[in-house]
Amino acid sequence: MDSMSFPAAVPGRSPLRADRLSNGLKVVVQEVHTSSLVSVWCWYRVGSRDEVPGRTGVSHWVEHMNFKGTTNIPREQMKGIVERFGGMWNGYTWIDQTTYLETAGRAALDQMLFIEAERMAHGLYEPADCESERTVIISELQGGENDPDQLLDTEVTATAFRAHPYRHPTIGWLTDLRSMTRDDLYGHYRRFYIPNNATLVVVGDVDADDVLRRAERHFASIPAGADPERIRTAEPPQVGERRVVIERPGTTGYLKAVFHAPSATDDDFFPMLVLDAILTGAKGVNMWSSFRGAPPQRRARLYTSVVERGLASMVSGAIIPTAEPYLYTLSFTAMEGVPLAAVEQAALEEIERVRTAGVEPGEIARAKRQLRARFVFENDSVTNIAHQLGYFETIAGPHYFPALQRCVDTVTPEQVWDVARRRLGAATRTVGWFRPVEPR
Amino acid sequence: MTPATASGLSPVRASLDNGAVLIVQEASATPAVSINATFFAGSLYEPDHLTGLAYLTGRVIDRGTERRDADAIAEELDDRGVSLRVVTTRHTMTLSCTCLTEDFEDVLAIVTDVARRPTFPDAELAKRRAESINAVRQDEDNPAVRAVETLSELLYGREHPYGRRAKGSIETLERIDREAIAGFHAHHVRPAVLSLVVVGDVEAGRAIDRASAELEGWTGAPAGPVVVPPPATAAVRRLCRNSMPGKTQSDIAYGFTTISRLDPRHYAYWMMNNILGQFGLGGRLADNIRERQGMAYYAFSSFDPTFGEGPLVVRAGVDPNNVERAIEAIDFEVGQLGEMGPTPVEVEETRAYLIGSISRLLETNSSIAVFLQSCEQFGLGLDYDRRLPGLLEAVTIDEIRAAATDVLHPDRAAVAIAGPDVTDGAQP
Repeated sequence: MDSMSFPAAVPGRSPLRADRLSNGLKVVVQEVHTSSLVSVWCWYRVGSRDEVPGRTGVSHWVEHMNFKGTTNIPREQMKGIVERFGGMWNGYTWIDQTTYLETAGRAALDQMLFIEAERMAHGLYEPADCESERTVIISELQGGENDPDQLLDTEVTATAFRAHPYRHPTIGWLTDLRSMTRDDLYGHYRRFYIPNNATLVVVGDVDADDVLRRAERHFASIPAGADPERIRTAEPPQVGERRVVIERPGTTGYLKAVFHAPSATDDDFFPMLVLDAILTGAKGVNMWSSFRGAPPQRRARLYTSVVERGLASMVSGAIIPTAEPYLYTLSFTAMEGVPLAAVEQAALEEIERVRTAGVEPGEIARAKRQLRARFVFENDSVTNIAHQLGYFETIAGPHYFPALQRCVDTVTPEQVWDVARRRLGAATRTVGWFRPVEPR
Repeated sequence: MTPATASGLSPVRASLDNGAVLIVQEASATPAVSINATFFAGSLYEPDHLTGLAYLTGRVIDRGTERRDADAIAEELDDRGVSLRVVTTRHTMTLSCTCLTEDFEDVLAIVTDVARRPTFPDAELAKRRAESINAVRQDEDNPAVRAVETLSELLYGREHPYGRRAKGSIETLERIDREAIAGFHAHHVRPAVLSLVVVGDVEAGRAIDRASAELEGWTGAPAGPVVVPPPATAAVRRLCRNSMPGKTQSDIAYGFTTISRLDPRHYAYWMMNNILGQFGLGGRLADNIRERQGMAYYAFSSFDPTFGEGPLVVRAGVDPNNVERAIEAIDFEVGQLGEMGPTPVEVEETRAYLIGSISRLLETNSSIAVFLQSCEQFGLGLDYDRRLPGLLEAVTIDEIRAAATDVLHPDRAAVAIAGPDVTDGAQP
């Protein structure tokens, strides 16, 4: 076992322990003793970017299958193991990663590790279960399509990318969901669910040495596998504006303007994070919890220039840390009676003002204060801290998360202006409209 | 200072002369403080012809005070990374936010100023009214909202405060003027119906002193009893379909009226609902509809008791062609639990789950604040987190069976469906 210590993930905590078992499994432990809870997350470097045409959505479907029983946990007993300790469990799949979590009292630690070890090595994938989950996932997809904003997001993302697999939705295209087979699922599971492609994160009322011993006991017998082959392609530069217009029955218009964003490890990432805070208010960087509810945004540029002018009832921005360059997304809900063209014009004019004249030092200072506060708020529980450790370990390595604040602090007004000029131009944007029409 | 949740909560409570109640829980897990100011000023208190009055009051209350204009409030909150949320329910209006410890006193001053001295400028009212109308229009296009709102109407009737849309209608929102909003605020947002909860990295005595100073000199009518008319007794099944062309999935909302939160049968109902539609992925309902039949991504039930007889609501989102089959499955599970009651294993699993989950309920400052508000509103006591396991331990299988027998009758259910007509197909 290779052992390393890092600075505490959150100021004031004990040092972060990071180890690697002989089979390649990374284990990250943070002791937090403010409650009796423990949160266990098992992360896999597999997401929709690892999917080829015809099998889009396979990572997400595999995630669903991994709640349907293992060799040593009959399907009907998956439910109840953590619940008996009052625990919660869940999982999600996104473009770079798939993750599973349990949070419960410390007495359930062994059960949580047992479930994750079983999930890594012994999934059943009964054919009948694969079939019944096909329709569950199609229901999930169609429920999402009921939301015009989500429908528009899918279409705009698919339009913004030409080559990179980030273009297809994590849930997959309906046609692929209808045609994929049990063997497609099981093959994907076996390729990517290996200890040398995973990170186990444990945060809470634990002793780090004890956790490492238990992790060894539960996971060390799982053999390493061949490193999964990855799709290697870079999105070619966009050379002109792209547009997509959806017309469907509805009551409300929605607008999205998306731009190609830097990856989490790109030098442009933190200037973009500050720029987003100036444009739409700081959200923080926790996908699990920070994008719920409105950010502090009433002095934000696009709020004052679009919402306060009565053109839209809502604006939001999203710059999400990703392994490879993804998208910076601006979303607006048009006010009743306001043409989408008017919302778009006001939004793009404000962006042009930033590109032409830069931002004020006071705006930079406010954005940094907001981000500092959000980094505190989004690490308010063992569940959230564990999420952040695993998320950033998966896309950027162990040093990234503890350094977030320092990276924000060093951003300069010139850097923010520079990324606005280079990244928010007309030729590299994709604009999407959802225009509601009367039902036929 | 000791962690809040290591050995139960230890809140400090104070009552002011004007009737306001202050509750502070010290918690040092993060250098942050959550503030939750709740008034009994929900939609229950608005006149029938001005539905949405409480909601719109909440939308504009933080857009200018006698001491700060809207820009100043925006500046002071944004500069500290604080989002002030104002949420209006049937019974309450809540102003809540989380701030850094260093900003606590300044942010507390803003929150109390907003609650106490709003000016409701005409220009702000016009903007927030337009946004509220937009929100109503978005709801009209949302099958889940349409199904749940229709179910509330079926269960309670449009004349009952639980049967009306909390946001009001476009017609009533357009009718609400500044005078109505200022009047609603003056009558209902007052210290005698305020409970102010502070949780976080703050010394309790200091927080109470600061809050007392901010609320000093604010007066108003004393608190009165919360009166909710009983819903009409349901003797027959009721069903309503909302056609929503262009949607791909149908939402089903299916339910009953139940009991008040203050009813001693509360814990038996809570456990019954957990067995029906919560435990694991969604109790018996998800086992049937999602796991065995693969019909829905979500199928669950929620139990929402409050001062009046709140609802038990079953929800599922299904392919339009599967609506009837899904309702049959709901009828089956509801009927089975109603007739046969739970199994001993289900009762013990649910009991262990609910007792064990209390520590998760109290994991964050904001969730502790919500918990303490509930304790205060329903008179549960400051030691409720420690008494709750015993209350759940005391529930017998016969009491859960009786709760199920009392309420779970498919022939008396209300059923609301919102989605595309079957002839639309799943792909419009």
